Amino acid sequence: MSVLTEKVMTRDWDKPGQNTLAGYKQRGGYGQLKRVLDTMQPAQVTDEVKKSNLRGRGGAGFPTGLKWSFVPSLEKNTKPRYLAINADESEPGTAKDRFILEYDPHLLLEGIAIACYALGAHACYIYARGEFKYPSSVLDKAIAEAYADGIFGKKLMGKDFELNVYQVRGAGAYICGEETALLESLEGKKGWPRLKPPFPAVVGLFGCPTVVNNVETIAALPRIFEKGADWFAKLGAAKSGGTRLVTLSGSVLRPGTYEVAMDTSLRELIFDKAYGQGLPEGRSVKAVIPGGSSAPVLTADEIDVKLEFDAFKPLQSMAGSGGVIVMDDQTCVVRSLWRVARFYAEESCGQCTPCREGQPWMTRILRKIEEGRGELSDLDTLMNVAQAIAPWPPIGLGNTICALGDAGALPVQSFVQKFRSEFEEHITRKGCPYGEKPWGAFGEFQ
Amino acid sequence: MADPLFTPAEQKRFDEQIAELLTHYPPDRKSAGMLPALRILQTIKGWLPPEGMKLVAERLETTVPHCYEVATFYVMFHTEKPGKYVIDVCTNLSCALRGAEGLLKYMEGKLGQTAGTRTEKYFLRETECLASCGTAPCFQVNEDHYENLTKDKVDRILEKLT
Repeated sequence: MSVLTEKVMTRDWDKPGQNTLAGYKQRGGYGQLKRVLDTMQPAQVTDEVKKSNLRGRGGAGFPTGLKWSFVPSLEKNTKPRYLAINADESEPGTAKDRFILEYDPHLLLEGIAIACYALGAHACYIYARGEFKYPSSVLDKAIAEAYADGIFGKKLMGKDFELNVYQVRGAGAYICGEETALLESLEGKKGWPRLKPPFPAVVGLFGCPTVVNNVETIAALPRIFEKGADWFAKLGAAKSGGTRLVTLSGSVLRPGTYEVAMDTSLRELIFDKAYGQGLPEGRSVKAVIPGGSSAPVLTADEIDVKLEFDAFKPLQSMAGSGGVIVMDDQTCVVRSLWRVARFYAEESCGQCTPCREGQPWMTRILRKIEEGRGELSDLDTLMNVAQAIAPWPPIGLGNTICALGDAGALPVQSFVQKFRSEFEEHITRKGCPYGEKPWGAFGEFQ
Repeated sequence: MADPLFTPAEQKRFDEQIAELLTHYPPDRKSAGMLPALRILQTIKGWLPPEGMKLVAERLETTVPHCYEVATFYVMFHTEKPGKYVIDVCTNLSCALRGAEGLLKYMEGKLGQTAGTRTEKYFLRETECLASCGTAPCFQVNEDHYENLTKDKVDRILEKLT
């Protein structure tokens, strides 16, 4: 049984005034930045981050320190370098970064300053989701406070190091959470992902070396420097340091955003009294999406997996962005998948043919099956279309410029393989077995 | 003569905000400020009128087509008048599992219009995940966020929209 004994990222969320500079400083805020600036060289900072096993919380789980080390040295590349923060939280099922912005914005800002010092970046752009009106307003206030207090500006906390931090709000495009689309959007363009290589660490914002990191990732930095990289690494499991914020949603008694240990299992998250508290009496788990809606679905037999990043590989799924969506035994998987597919069809940027044409095609087939107009051959078509976007089993590289193609194909492939009989049942009985109630225990609007 | 785009007060607000915005970017990258600039215009005017788009293009030293290319890519930008209240109802999976399809139907009934249609008062539309997955179902009214919605709660919110 692995229940988190010590809150790390959420430690101060409920403390009074935590989203103001005064409240943040009262609890030692910006102390780690000060110490880093006074006692460490930038390269040492990066080494500590590497040692901490901090991995990207945006979805890919890429080692953060390693990502930073791809930025070429100033001798090799004299262009300015940038830090871009991905606060475009929009993977369905995921609601965690918004709470960092709302409850503890200075934790992110302190992390940004530490990262910029390590990277030699004198400007940071925080790309926040357009829909985050309130979280963005809290963050704007926090940034203004940090300038007024002399933390940001010409001299970062008095040190001869200029740092400017700007927030840019998106305007409703999921694709801009993809790091190169985010950079395009920051450059004032529509969010069309770029071909990689070159990677942003070499050619990023305005053609300059740029690191793109998620909010939760960067907000972990003050903790790493407070308690040490070794502590942070040990707190985690295997090669994933720290704790994780996960969002539990769907057919559970207590949905919400929770901080969990890396070795907490999905089953514990769903059933433990500290977290989801299980399902209503008489209901059981049918399916769980473990890491945002693009993560391949798991069956009820597969939920003993731990939430650590590498643990999902044998299951051909991923820990992703920590969005855990639970579907109970009275939930229609066809309709669930249709909702997921519709999202990727809607959000495809239109740049690559397999994704632009394939996602709406899959959506239409799923709707047809759900409405009882399906034929058995539709399942083959569905799988063929998905396969044309991204191969199964997932190898991490589909046939499109960015991973949105994969994000739409993998759910289809995993749902159809794991729940094929339910798809067939829709086809043979010419309709949804759940009739007007396809959404499980909490599906009625009260 | 056509009405001017801005009142003097609006013009001042626009000028000041654009000037401040342009300090955030390298001098040869003014057009990078496109999204914030469009938001400034839309916040003042409620939508993106053609005259305003010309002004944004001028200030950002870019073209009007560039402004429209960006504005039409992002769903939160309105190149047509959207109605007084834009209501975005999330119907993605996490919300659907907590009653979002019923919520949308309820809204359609209350407002007397189907999702995707606009009247002078309302622009009702289905939207994608709004990061309220643990506090579903949810919607936004002119970007103000409401979660854990029930029929009672919806009734109270709608009553205030006059």
